[in-house]
Amino acid sequence: MAHRRCTLTEHSSALAHHFDSLEQQYASANLGMWLFLLTEIMFFGGLFAGYTVYRTFYPDAFIAGSHHLDITLGGINTVVLLASSLTMALAVHAAQSGQRQQLVNFLLLTIVCGLLFLGIKAVEYSHKFADHLVPGKHFVFEGPLAGQVQLFFSFYFGMTGMHAVHMVIGIGLLGILTLQAWRGQLSPTYAAPVEMLGLYWHFVDIVWIFLFPLLYLLGRH
Amino acid sequence: MQHHLVSKQIYYRIFLALMVLTALTVGVAFLNLGPLNALVALVIAAGKATLVVLFFMHVRSSNRLIWLCVAAGIFWFLILLTFLLADYLSRGWLPVTGW
Repeated sequence: MAHRRCTLTEHSSALAHHFDSLEQQYASANLGMWLFLLTEIMFFGGLFAGYTVYRTFYPDAFIAGSHHLDITLGGINTVVLLASSLTMALAVHAAQSGQRQQLVNFLLLTIVCGLLFLGIKAVEYSHKFADHLVPGKHFVFEGPLAGQVQLFFSFYFGMTGMHAVHMVIGIGLLGILTLQAWRGQLSPTYAAPVEMLGLYWHFVDIVWIFLFPLLYLLGRH
Repeated sequence: MQHHLVSKQIYYRIFLALMVLTALTVGVAFLNLGPLNALVALVIAAGKATLVVLFFMHVRSSNRLIWLCVAAGIFWFLILLTFLLADYLSRGWLPVTGW
């Protein structure tokens, strides 16, 4: 296969010369993206594992800390993020079926949802600063559990913070893709960038799907 | 290239299911199920994640190599969790000083 040459008819500008076919090129991109996501699972996995250990050690402190999180804002953010995953999936659909205007629109909608999520997150963070619940010198919590509750908030800020960083990167990449889509540089034969960013975006969504109940919904009854 | 185009209807249905499960997980959190609360929350979250992986991330229509990737990711994460907890939870079982 290595010596096979592309004829003019099968060669397309979307096909890099080191691939035999668009199918092979797509399969490589897809596998590469999934391998990257595996490293991301291990990255967030470390945070989730640390959370599990300390929640097992200090269940009462984690419940006390969780009660200081805003379940309404967290719930709204869950809906916003899931909606952004829907618009991302629809953007991939538009890219695969060559609907340029729809692709641009859905990418923009995904960006709007992402920014809305980060905005709500910023409001939540500012409340925590005002309430002295940010770990460190100015952390204030009444009662014997103060130190352990501070640990809960370390996990809260660490995990939601890393999640937010991933969102910021995703929004930046979405911006670049929107520009490419608007210029007509994406097509059904070259939809892989949208599809791969879609995988990344949905992965970040999945992280939040677990973060929401683990951080916000402890001991609410 | 010809992609396996997923119908838009499926995306809307999956989104609807995700909304229902989100409402469910919030609702259940306010019921007192004792230690089952955490389990139910995790099962619902795992269900939502499965829907996203299978349909939004197209794993359902992907080849076996991608299935293997997903399985490997879950498996390695469970190794991380199991071995870590096996260590921490078993500390103090044996009367060794300095633990």
